[in-house]
Amino acid sequence: MWNEGPMIWTSDVLILLTSVGIIGVLTHFKKWKWLWDEWLTTVDHKKIGIMYLIAALLMMFRGGVDALLMRTQLAVPNNHLLTAEHYDQIFTTHGTIMILFMAMPFIFAMFNIVVPLQIGARDVAFPYLNAISFWLFFFAALLFNLSFVFGGSPDAGWVSYPPLTELGFDKGPGENFYLLAVQITGIGSIGTGINFLATIFKMRAPGMKLMKMPLFTWSVVAASIVIIAAFPALAIALALLLLDRVFGTHFFTMLHGGDPMMFVNLFWIWGHPEVYIVILPAFGIFSEVVATFSKKRIFGYSSMVASLLLISVISYFVWAHHFFTMGAGANVNTFFAVASMMVAIPTGVKVFNWLFTMYRGRVTMSLPMWWTASFVLNFLMGGATGVMLAVAPADYQYHNSYFLIAHFHQTLIGGTVYGLLAGMYYWWPKMFGFKLDKKLGMWAMVLFNIGFYVCFMPQYALGFMGMQRRMYTYPAGMGWGTLNFISTIGAYLMGLGFLFIVIEVIYSIKYGERDLTGDPWNGRTLEWSLPSPAPHYNFAVIPTVTERDYWWELKENNRTHELRPKAETLKSIEMPKNSARPFLMGVAFFFAGFGFVFHWLILGFAALAIVAAIMIHRALEVHDEYAVPVDEILETEAATGRL
Amino acid sequence: MSAQTGTSVQQQTVTPRHKHKSGKYIVGYLLSLVLTGISFSLALTHSMSFQPLIVVLVILAAFQIVVQLFFFMHVTESDGPAYHAMGLVLGLFFTFAIAFMSVWIMGFNSIVS
Repeated sequence: MWNEGPMIWTSDVLILLTSVGIIGVLTHFKKWKWLWDEWLTTVDHKKIGIMYLIAALLMMFRGGVDALLMRTQLAVPNNHLLTAEHYDQIFTTHGTIMILFMAMPFIFAMFNIVVPLQIGARDVAFPYLNAISFWLFFFAALLFNLSFVFGGSPDAGWVSYPPLTELGFDKGPGENFYLLAVQITGIGSIGTGINFLATIFKMRAPGMKLMKMPLFTWSVVAASIVIIAAFPALAIALALLLLDRVFGTHFFTMLHGGDPMMFVNLFWIWGHPEVYIVILPAFGIFSEVVATFSKKRIFGYSSMVASLLLISVISYFVWAHHFFTMGAGANVNTFFAVASMMVAIPTGVKVFNWLFTMYRGRVTMSLPMWWTASFVLNFLMGGATGVMLAVAPADYQYHNSYFLIAHFHQTLIGGTVYGLLAGMYYWWPKMFGFKLDKKLGMWAMVLFNIGFYVCFMPQYALGFMGMQRRMYTYPAGMGWGTLNFISTIGAYLMGLGFLFIVIEVIYSIKYGERDLTGDPWNGRTLEWSLPSPAPHYNFAVIPTVTERDYWWELKENNRTHELRPKAETLKSIEMPKNSARPFLMGVAFFFAGFGFVFHWLILGFAALAIVAAIMIHRALEVHDEYAVPVDEILETEAATGRL
Repeated sequence: MSAQTGTSVQQQTVTPRHKHKSGKYIVGYLLSLVLTGISFSLALTHSMSFQPLIVVLVILAAFQIVVQLFFFMHVTESDGPAYHAMGLVLGLFFTFAIAFMSVWIMGFNSIVS
């Protein structure tokens, strides 16, 4: 913190000023109580979803700035804007943040905002656990970002392979920050996976059979299955490495029979399913968006469901393709090559189903639809290069080259990020009650999309030309200069695109088209039958579903009044009480993580004891629900004009 | 819960339908502690040679799973479709696939060293 040079000092000052600013604004407008009562202690899935969304967008900014710094460093040969060490730290935090602190909270934002509304439930199965999951993620992200200004960031890549990350080669606290922050957010993610699987299986509205569920909900089922089975592997890998570093065990050092390759193996048992965890919900979003804006039911619903579930199972048999060149035998490589290629089959089925849905539909090109259309081309290329990488012998050529970088950015940005942005635009009116401005949104879309191709197409070529990943600078005579420079221009265009999204959000808060109907897109699923934003109890009366796309069917047959509450039949609703404990638990986990980062074991264990105390306190709680009186429901429903 | 219609699948919160006596939890807790204690002491004291030790540990681990499932997770109690049975089968499938394939992948290690 004290001896890290002007770049970090400037950041320190900026962070300090921002914090002072936030505290000042909250105090000036007397918003502390509001913040605590309405947000920090909330267990409402919609509010938790919004907090996930804000955090994800902030982290996208942080990870994006990392990306721009890297691209600036690589723009010209022999550049020395960043030192090698600083560059290592930046690509490590870029990868970790984008996957674990941007993509994950972004999909959880969508889970939280949409799933209970789509299945006709009043909240998730375990609202209290849901709040814990959020605060674990939040404080883990805080811990991870703290490394930036306090002690040094991790610098061994987001994969954190030993022996590079063992104490002998990596003394600093940076690696500990990584291990503990990812561990803490991982615990939260497992909780979310369990929570949503239970929610979808147990809390659907009467009549909503599994095969009548909206496809986004199905994609959450698939993603949750993968989360529950994959994240424990990561937790074990990180815990063992932490034991190696903090308590001097030898799981991954050769010294006493440890095996560093086992970490690589465990990491990718989680790591490859992880990329399906973040893409599956995006597939669900595309299915909703395409059906809504083509005004048709989705083509091949059952094949969509089957392909989602198939992807979630096959995802467990592909992980060794991350270390084809490790030296395992031909049989191992062949098996994992074939399994990796097989993922392309159900994925192709899905893409064709989206295209067939659009075919002869009345397509409206709204913002979500634009992002979906740009996704199709992107994913076609990303998928094709993925199959190229899955060919084990060819992978010996591509391994760790820029070809690989271009491939996974094309699937993760062109698939996951485009999907999540499409979902954000699509459900934004449901969250906040107004639409995002289309004109500014188009600027963002066009800039981001063009920027994407300008940035990553040259990187495929650079890969073939022999440029390896994680290089911090390169000599002038390699012939890589021009392509790298073009790539950097593309990165800045994407940055500009992101800026337009920010401007769009700020502009639309004031001038965005208000959504008074609750159904701005002429939607098909249950969430559009509610006012925007939905009341905190969601449904005054739980609907009884008889068909797929139930809301659409009701509209077609002029039966929408059936979902309106009737004053005489309303009953009081039991809702979970707010609780301060999830937030406090997050704080305690933060201090536990901080303690172990710096080997302050007393602080670490003391904070863990507080976590245990909070859990015991919860176990003794008897009344965690309260009844919303009929009068209040009547008042709320009347205010939205539904009575 | 209000607005609860029809069968148990559609209940609005997952409320414990069965009253659990704390005694069952305590027995389960003690059993799992004992099983863990035995495994730890066997591993720490090197009381057996490597291969039989692994076999014994795997058997103890299997018992541990059974204890967890019956005493804490109430695997025999359910209302509505038996989703948890499907989940268990899928979980076992993943677990064994990952364990055996890891052994298979890491097999090269013995050849190298």
